[in-house]
Order: sequence, then structure tokens, then C-alpha cells
Amino acid sequence: MENSTKINKKIFRRAEKEQRRQRIMGIIFLAIAAFIWFVLARTTVPGSETLFVMTPGGSSVISPNFKFNTLLVINIFAVLSLGCGIYQYFKGFGKYTNLVLVLVGIMLTISFLAWGARNASINVGGMLRIMLMRSIPIVLGALSGILSERAGVVNIAIEGMMITGALVGAVVGSLYGLWAGAIAATLAGGLISIIHGILSIKYKVDQIISGTIINIFTIGFTSYIVTKILQEREWQYLNESGIFMPTGIPLLSKIPYIGPIFFNHNPYVYAMYILVFVLTIALFFTKWGLHLRAVGEHPKAADTLGINVFRIRYVAVVLGGLLAGFAGSYFSLGSAGYFNQDMTAGRGFIGLAAMIFGNWTPVGALGAGFLFGFAEALAQNLKLLGIPIPSDIMLMVPYILTIVVLAGVVGRSRGPAAAGTPYDKESL
Amino acid sequence: MEPILELRGITKRFPGVLANDHIDLKLYKGEILALLGENGAGKTTLMNILYGLYTQDEGEILINGKKIDIQNPTDAINAGIGMVHQHFMLIPVFDVTENVMLGNEYTKNGGFLDKAKAAKQILDISEKYNLNIDPNAIIEDLPIGLQQRVEIIKILFHEAEILIMDEPSAVLTPQEVDELFKIMHTLIDQGKSIIFITHKLREVMECADRIMVIRGGKVVGEAAPENADPEKLAAMMVGRPVELKVEKELATPDGTVLEVKNLTVVNKNKKIEVDDISFEVRAGEILGIAGVQGNGQTELVRCLTGLMKAQLGKISVLGTETTNCAPRTITELGVAHIPEDRQKDGLVLPSPVQDNLILNTYYQKPFAKGIILQPEKIHQNAEKLIKDFDIRTPSSIVPVSGLSGGNQQKVIVAREFSRPIKLLIASQPTRGLDVGSIEYIHRRLIEKRDDGCAILLVSTELDEVMQLSDRIAVMYRGKINAIVDADIVTKEELGLLMAGIDTEIDTEKRKPTRVHEIVT
Amino acid sequence: MEEKVDSGKKNFFKIFYEEISKSSFTIIILAIFTGLILGGIIACATTKEIYDAFGESFSTGIIESLKFIWKTYSSLFRGSFGNPKEMVDSLFSGDSALIRKAFKPFLESLVVTTPYLITGVAIALGFQAGVLNMGGEGQLFMGSIMAGWAGWTFKGLPPIIHVPLALLIGVLAGALWGFIPGWLKAKTGSHEVITTIMMNYISFSLSQYLITGPFQDPNESFKTRFIEESAHLFRFFEDPLRLHIGFIIAIAVAVIAWYVLYKTTWGFEFRNVGLNPDASKYAGINASLVTILAMTFSGAIAGLSGAVEMLGVNFRAVQSLTTGYGWDAIAIALLAKNHPLVVIITAMLFGFMRQGSRIMQINTGIPIDIISILQAFILFFIAAPAIIRTIYRLKNPKETEPEVEISVSGEKL
Repeated sequence: MENSTKINKKIFRRAEKEQRRQRIMGIIFLAIAAFIWFVLARTTVPGSETLFVMTPGGSSVISPNFKFNTLLVINIFAVLSLGCGIYQYFKGFGKYTNLVLVLVGIMLTISFLAWGARNASINVGGMLRIMLMRSIPIVLGALSGILSERAGVVNIAIEGMMITGALVGAVVGSLYGLWAGAIAATLAGGLISIIHGILSIKYKVDQIISGTIINIFTIGFTSYIVTKILQEREWQYLNESGIFMPTGIPLLSKIPYIGPIFFNHNPYVYAMYILVFVLTIALFFTKWGLHLRAVGEHPKAADTLGINVFRIRYVAVVLGGLLAGFAGSYFSLGSAGYFNQDMTAGRGFIGLAAMIFGNWTPVGALGAGFLFGFAEALAQNLKLLGIPIPSDIMLMVPYILTIVVLAGVVGRSRGPAAAGTPYDKESL
Repeated sequence: MEPILELRGITKRFPGVLANDHIDLKLYKGEILALLGENGAGKTTLMNILYGLYTQDEGEILINGKKIDIQNPTDAINAGIGMVHQHFMLIPVFDVTENVMLGNEYTKNGGFLDKAKAAKQILDISEKYNLNIDPNAIIEDLPIGLQQRVEIIKILFHEAEILIMDEPSAVLTPQEVDELFKIMHTLIDQGKSIIFITHKLREVMECADRIMVIRGGKVVGEAAPENADPEKLAAMMVGRPVELKVEKELATPDGTVLEVKNLTVVNKNKKIEVDDISFEVRAGEILGIAGVQGNGQTELVRCLTGLMKAQLGKISVLGTETTNCAPRTITELGVAHIPEDRQKDGLVLPSPVQDNLILNTYYQKPFAKGIILQPEKIHQNAEKLIKDFDIRTPSSIVPVSGLSGGNQQKVIVAREFSRPIKLLIASQPTRGLDVGSIEYIHRRLIEKRDDGCAILLVSTELDEVMQLSDRIAVMYRGKINAIVDADIVTKEELGLLMAGIDTEIDTEKRKPTRVHEIVT
Repeated sequence: MEEKVDSGKKNFFKIFYEEISKSSFTIIILAIFTGLILGGIIACATTKEIYDAFGESFSTGIIESLKFIWKTYSSLFRGSFGNPKEMVDSLFSGDSALIRKAFKPFLESLVVTTPYLITGVAIALGFQAGVLNMGGEGQLFMGSIMAGWAGWTFKGLPPIIHVPLALLIGVLAGALWGFIPGWLKAKTGSHEVITTIMMNYISFSLSQYLITGPFQDPNESFKTRFIEESAHLFRFFEDPLRLHIGFIIAIAVAVIAWYVLYKTTWGFEFRNVGLNPDASKYAGINASLVTILAMTFSGAIAGLSGAVEMLGVNFRAVQSLTTGYGWDAIAIALLAKNHPLVVIITAMLFGFMRQGSRIMQINTGIPIDIISILQAFILFFIAAPAIIRTIYRLKNPKETEPEVEISVSGEKL
């Protein structure tokens, strides 16, 4: 027998897919570093100063601003990104890769903002506020996906449930007030999800097909209702719900920096915080959560211990549907004040990507949601900064980001093992 | 004495199959009852009914003389019945505590998990029965032998009095099987009763207090080990007199066909699965790889067939290097492969039989001219193979999913044997098959060997390896720790090697011992 | 062995009933029928006049509902096929303008069917290889825009060169859009459902940008130039008939796809990788390559669909929202069980409905979105045939098979 110690000293190659992902990520980090260095730093006149205004417009709490030397900050971040890139390419951050991606992304963003606002000022506080608002539907959508998929049922119809929630919220909200609208929207989402559940759990239809059917139906149906009824002048009062107004949380909204950004919003943001917290506890610290996760990983094992797989899956799907309906009501009741087609613009799908990026955990979904939300906030602000990138191109960023994340995400196989497969009791 | 458990007239039908036919069974407290039968005889179905996974069509279940209704596993668990399944019902990403308490969790404050309390109890059970399990270990990190112990702890945690064990020895070395029997006796001493399902005669003779033989869904005989005759039992299991050994002549090996040098294979978690092994297989001989599942055999085969990359080392077939070549290149050199998991890797179940029969040759003449398929030739080929290999199927165009396990395996064998092959790699070729199919496959393997083919046989059934092989290599933790002459080595020695214990095999003055073991 | 009950004793109707129950064709017809009924109910439930009629009396309500449903679906029919009487009369009259007017609905339906057919084949091809291409919409967009670009950029080319060139560029654009998710799936395992959907949104933004920017017509905003005459697809008849050679291309695409899938080695690989990638790999098929090729071809064909629409119907790109062809194509493929020749039929179903719905909207005020609703219902019933069986009390085919006892070792007793 040859010495296996010789082998131990050599560098082991991992499976191809893992390594390719690692290298792609490394290249991305390096590209970011190069961008910061060559594009941003090179075009900055030394001595420029940037002012980050940290108080969102209209806030009564004043937070101190940041004024700093632009080039210095940009250079620092370029070097840090370079370091991360080199490390990732050759060694890899393993399961922290997502975290590092987020950090590098933050560095890029700050550099970009600093550069864009050189010798000028930019309201970062305001941007962060917008980030939070834009992330709501994505995070809520992701939470919906997590509930359902952790129990083993893939739900690509979050988009369709959202749009249903948006419509129901708008109409009921116009008639009976905002809170009624939100509740009705939530229930509507739950109702639609029952259909998804019946198709995929009872009739064992492929979950993607089932989701597609629901999407086709809901998108068509909501469009139909708008065209046939809501656009008629006599019925237009049904589509004027108005929106929830922001309210500050008593003590927390006074904290400098964090207060005005995170704690002075409409109820949807607070619901988001509460849901992330509650779902984390429920999924990972309760008996119910253990059962749910068991069903998603190995339904047969759960079945042999007396756990009712079908009931848990139905419950998970319906809860997910309720969440998706609630998420949809944000568009009409929390943002626009009325309903129109295409309000959701794919956020249901971005929510699924956020779920994957966040590794099927509520906290991860929150972080991923912030990421996408920030990209949207950035897109809005470009015009103000005078940066000559067409807004259409900027709008692509969240979607490109999703693809990048999916390509580079470490451990895609970490999703619930039995997700996507209908449970067949007789298969022993 | 009244039985602690009694089954009366249990009958269960599936579409087209009568799985259990009015079965009566009695289990007494403190005994080990062995249910003996070949694959497909109906024993697992019977136990699944007892455990509530199926419901019987007719018949009653009585515990301590009282009739009980078992509709689902919860009823069974409440009645004190626990089952260790053949395919473990463990969730790989959870830890031991979560797996063990699933379904019967300790909670505090209404709904919140109390893992600490459960973990303590698990430790107690582990010590009491000498099971040595760490409650915080993650299941997928544990070796299979330990995973099985977690299954045992699970049913003890749920306070089972009647334990059902379904083919528990499938994944253990002979020594580990002895350990398992010791654990079972400890359980009996503590007042438990055990039903032990197996198709291995030898085990039954060693550990059972009573034996019941099941064939074709019926009880065909009962015996006590002291009075039982293995040959008679085997005949009862199969329904006809059984040749307990494979007839084969001494091999006359020729030139080297497969040469493996210093092969090292690492999996994606940086674990070394195959650790610097070298061996060769010559034309006209069968080299058997013995070893407990999980010691690198699967990775070795995947590497040899081109599905997994080798980090170091060299593989060559008839002088041509094939390390890290594409599967098709390797196949075209005359290498055939019977995969371990026939339904996942060997067959495209929804595709017709005739397509499966040309799955690796469809692009060659005469099945295709250029890129155009030739349907008549494909059909003719299928008809011929169905006849030659006695494949029971309604036609050649039905999906192969409709065939029984044995016939599915015959499709794979027919496919691989229907082209000129120099090397055959057979992984677990008879797993899950009935005796008739097993005999058939063994015969064809020997025939191929005598035709001059080199055969690498990988199997966890030690008896099969010993019967068929001319030489045997033992794999343990990715290394080969011995290559011995099959006629000379004893089962005990192989068992020790499979468990990683260095054994000197003195071949000097040894007479060949044709082991009188049972093929099944 | 048990003897099967002597079938001669069963009477004719019982056998007929059993056969009908078992046939999946029956399921499809009933699914469509039930879908139409449900669609009709929704249409009535959202029309004020019906409520008014019910307000008068229940029977008036029912009569009005039935009349309304009849009017709706007959407009749908007339919009799709035309008025049979008109068609026959015009043929007898010999007036070519009259003939054209009478046959316009039918031929127009074929025009509308064309993109459904091509895109449907694209998606079906992907499904057969196990690739869920949700990105038909985006691939179509890119094919359309780039074919248009080729259409107005190259001047002075004869049609015989210009048309294939423009089509080719559209195909390549679609192929690229399909290649990216395909490559990502093969090399990194990212799920193509999400990546293709993301590519859709990227293509929407991109085409918006192009239409309002570099490709914009100097004289009209938010629209591109018209393509050159030389890039127009050949039309068979004069105005107002728009039937163009694209329909023939579509049929050809379906036939070629069928041939490749079922008669060639490539198709053999596609199908088996779709059914079981593991076993296919073991048998030597390069499953990664098949995945990439399948996504690329799927995208390419979808791109062709967009190109054909551009060169045959639109002639310029306009800032607009989605067409819905991509999503409908998924339904079309599923209904056809992914068989390219059957796609011809299901695409015609959708195309005729879409065309008919325009007339229906004019006549009855029912928005064309009702078609999406109808399609969803039909798909719902096809996906879960058990529901149809329960509603119409059909027998489950599994129950009508004779009980044959097979011994557990697989041999018939």
C-alpha cells in the first residue's frame, strides 16, 4: 500500500460544479474590484468630497451626515474587493460565500454612490428607506415560498397569488377600508393556494404545471376584471382604495440613523419584521416546524412516525398562499392606491430567487430582499445623480442580479430534499 | 402461554397480486421470531400491515389477546410496535435527537422543542444497550452501521415492546451482524420481543428462536433452528429443490484486460473515497470486490465507467488508457456495466423495452444510419433479445416500468451482453431479485467468464462474491487490504478484512474449501 | 386462474361507455366543454345586463344568460372561422373582394395561430428534453427585435436573401437567449424556471431601451422604423387577407421537430435525457450537452416565432407590453403532451380562440382575457383528469381491467 500521506498533501479538486461556482464568484469579485478601481477611481479627481445625507426627506429625526474624501474611500474598497476576489478564486469562502457576495456588493454600491455624488451630495438615508419599501413584496413572497417549499411543495404561482391579492385588496379596500382590504387579499391568496394544493397534493400533478395553470388563470382573470368592470366609469370607485400611511414606532423611530429608515413606515414593513421573526421561531424551534421540515426532507420517514404528510403539506401551502395574498395587497394598499395589471412585474419570481439566495431561511430572505430592493432604489436615483445610464437598463439589474446569484449560489442542493415530488403513499 | 402478538388470517391484495394470503402468525414474549422468505414473498408487506403503513383487506391483529385496529403508524406505535426499516427512515440533514424524537417530541411552553430532555434520554438508552451514539451528530455524517443504531434507539424512545427488524443485516459486515445479534439478545433480556425479517438462512439459524417460512404470500412452514435442515428450509423458501452452490469449473484466466494503478477518487466534500488502489482483472476470470456498502466500491465503479473523475492514478482497458474518459469511449472499448441502482441508472422506465435495449448502442449501425433511426432493426433486435434472455414482457414496445424487478434486470443484462464485450463490471447484480432470477444471472455471468470475458463483480452479498469469484479483493475505507484466492479463503477471514482488521491468510497448506453456503 | 367474465354477456352500451371512459380523447373534449361552460358563467356573472335580467325574474335571467352565452360563443366562432353562409355565398358569387372578406376570419386565425404554433413547438421540444423553458416570451421578443433590425438596416437586398437573413438573425438572438439559461443549468445546476423568467424581464427592459433609444424611428417616438419591403414575408393573397408564408414555415417547423424527435438519434437522446438523465449518462449520452442544446434550440425556435411575426405581420416594433405567447405556448405544449404534431392542433385551438375573441370583444364587450381564463380551466381539467371523471361519472380505466393473479415472482399463474 502506498502512503496515503502523500495524497493528503496534494490539493484536492472538488466536484466540477462546486469549483466552477467558486471560480465564477471569484471572477465576479475581481471584476467588481476592477470596476471600482478603473472606472470609478480613475475618473475621480483627488480631493473630491462626497456628502452622504443620512436623513430621509421629510423625517423629523435628524441624523448626522457623512462627508468624506471620495477617492480614499473608493480605493479602500477596491483593494478589499480585490482581496476577496483572490481568496474566493483560489480557496473559496465555502458556505459564507453568499455573505461575502453581499459585503462586496455593499462595497461596490458605496463606491458607486460616492463616485456618483462626488463634489455633490446624495440622500443615502432616503435611498435606504426606499430599499426597505421595495423589498417588502420580495421578502413576503420569499417567506411564502419558504413555507410551502420547506414542506416539499414548490410554488411558482406566488406571482399569480400576489396579483390576486392586489386586486382584491384594492376593491375591498375601496369599499370597506384598508384593513378589510388587506384581510380580504390575504384570504384570497389562501383560497387560490387551496387549488394549487389540491392539484399538486391530491391529484399529484407536477407542481410546476400546477403553478403555471394558476398563473395563467389569475393573470388573465385580474386583467379581465379590470378591463370589463374597473375601467368603466361607473365602477371606478371600486378601484380607489388609497394607501396605508406610515406610522412611527414610539421609541425606535427616534434612534439616529436607524430610526427614520427602519421604523417609520406603513404596517407592511412592520408585518415583514414580525413575520420574519415568527417564522424563524416557528420553523426551527417548534414541534410544528420540525414536522414541516421533516415532511419536506423525507416524507416517507415522517409518515412512518405517524405524521400526516398530506395535512402538513396542505397547511403549508395555504399559509404560503395567505402570505402571498397579503404580499400582493402591498402593491395596491401599500404603494399605489389602486390596481392595474402588471403591478407585480415579476416580484413573485424574484421572491423565489430571494428564497434560494437566503438558503430557505426567513432571515436570509430578508437580506436577499434588501439586496433586490436596494437595486431598485438605485435605479430610481440614477436620474437624480445625473448618471447617464438609461433607466431601462438599470431596471434590468435586479433580474441580472438574480441570475448571477443563482449561478453562483453555493449549495443549491441545500433545498428541501423532497421538494417538487408528489408524495405517494403506496411507494414502499 | 398466550402470545404477545397474534395475526389471524391476514390477507392483502394489490392490483394483480395477492401479496398476503390468509397468514397466521404468533409471537411470544421474549422470543426472536424469524420470517424467512425470498425477495417478493410478502414478508415486508405483512410487517407493513402490522406497522400500519398498509391496511389489511381481511384478518385481525391481536395484542395480548385483545383485538386492535391499526390504521396508521401512530396506532402501531401506541400499541407498542416499532419498526426498523430496510431503507432507513432517517432525515439526513437533521441530527440524531431530531430524528429520534420526531413524532413524539418533548415540548415546553406549548410547542417549543425541548431537545435537551430528549438528548438526555437518548444517551440513557444508548448506554443501556451499548449503542454508543452521540445525540448531536448529524445523520448524514454517520456511517451506515451507526445509522442503523439510531433507528433502534428511535423505536426504543417510542417505548416499543414489539420490535420488527426488516433485513437489518443488509448493510453490515459479518462482525457487525454478530454485534447486532448481541444487541438483539440484550433487548430480549430486557423483555422485548422481536420479529426478524430476512432472506438469509444462515442468520436465521444463528439467532432465531423460531422460524416461519413465507412463500408466495402464504406461510409454508415452521421450524425451530435446532431441528431445521438448511436445505429443506431453502426448498420451502423457493418451492423446489435448490442447488445451494453454483456449479462452476476452475477458471483459466488469460491476459490482463483491466488494469488499475494507484487509483484515487475524491468526492465533492473532499473525502477520499478510493485511496490509492491497484488491481487487475484478466480475461476469463471473475474478480469479486467484497466489502460493506460505503467503503468506496460505488465510487470505484463510477470512476471505472467514466462517471466520476479520478484524482490520481491510471485505468487501462486492454492497454488503452481510459482514466477520466467519457463513458461512451469506455463503452466502445468493449466495457459493459450493470449498475447498482437499476431503476435510477440502468433503465429509462417510461421508455419502451426496445429503446432500453439499445440505450448505449442506438447511434451505431444497424440501429441508425447516420442520425436516422432504423425502427425495424431496433424492433428485430428487441424480439431476439427477449427470446434469448427469456424476458417476460407483453411486447417489446411496452414501457420497461411494467416489468418485474427480475425482468428489468434481464433487460439490462441482455443489453450489455448483446454486444461483444471484453470487460463486464457488475454492481449488486442480484439485489432485490427472486431466486429464479438470481440463479439465471449467476449462470449467465459464469458463461460470460468461460467465454473469455473479464468480470469485475462488486457485491455486498458475501455469499454471492464467494460463490462466483475466482479471486476476491476486499475494500475497506477506500483501500484494498487483500486480494485472495476465492477457493481458499474462509468467510470469517473475509469478514475480518471487511471490518478492516488485518488478517494473515495462510495459503500454504490450505485445501480449497468449497464453502457450502446458500446462494440466496 | 380466474376467468374473465364472458364479454358477450355485457351489452353494447356498457362496452361503449367503458371505451369512452378510458379514452383520453374523451377527457380532452369534456375538458374543453366544461371549460367553456365555466367561462360562460364567468362572462355572465360579470355583465350588468344579466343581473338586470335576473332582477326581473329567474327565468328571464336564465334565458338572457343563455342568449348571452350563445352570443358570446357564436361571436367567438364567427370571429375564428367566419360565417359559413357568407363563405359559401361569396364563392358562388365569384366576387373576389367578397370572397376575401368572407374568408378573412378563418385565414386571420391561421395568421394568429402561426406564432402559437412555432413557440409551442419550441416549448414542447424543451419539455421533451426535460428543460422547462418559461422564457419563450423573452426569446420571442429578442427574435422579433433583431429580425426587425436586420429588416431595416440592410437595404437593397433581394427578398430571397433578405428574408432568410433576417429570420436567421432572429433565430440566433433567440438561441442566445435560450443558451444562457441552458448553459447555467448544465454547468451550475441553476433551475431554468427562474433563470428563463428572469431573462424574460431582461429582454423586456432591453427591448424597451432599444425601441426608445438606438432603434427609434427619427420621426415617431417609441416606435422603430419600418422594415424594408424586401424583408416582408410573402403573402398569399391581397388585402385584407394577411396569410403569409410564415404559416407554412410553422407547419414545417412542427414536422421537422417531430421527425427529429422521433426518428433520429438526436431525438432519442433528447427524449431519454428528459425521462431519466442518470440512466442516459450511464449509457454514454452526454446529458449536459443535450440540456444546453435543448435550451438553445428551444430559444432559437421561439426566436424564429418572433422573427416571423415581425417580418410577416408587424413590420415594426412598438413599445408595448407582453404578448402572452410565451405563457400560452407552455399551455399549448402541455395540452399536446409535448408531441410536435399534436401541437399543430392545440396551437390552432388557441389561435382560433384568440382571433375569435377579438370579434367577441367587439360584439359582446367581453375582454379577450377570457381566453386566458378558458385556457386555464381547460388545462386544469386536463392536468387532473380524475376531476372530469368524477363530474361526468366516468369510470377509471384502472378499474375495468380484469383481475389477473400474478405470482409474486412475476410469472402469470
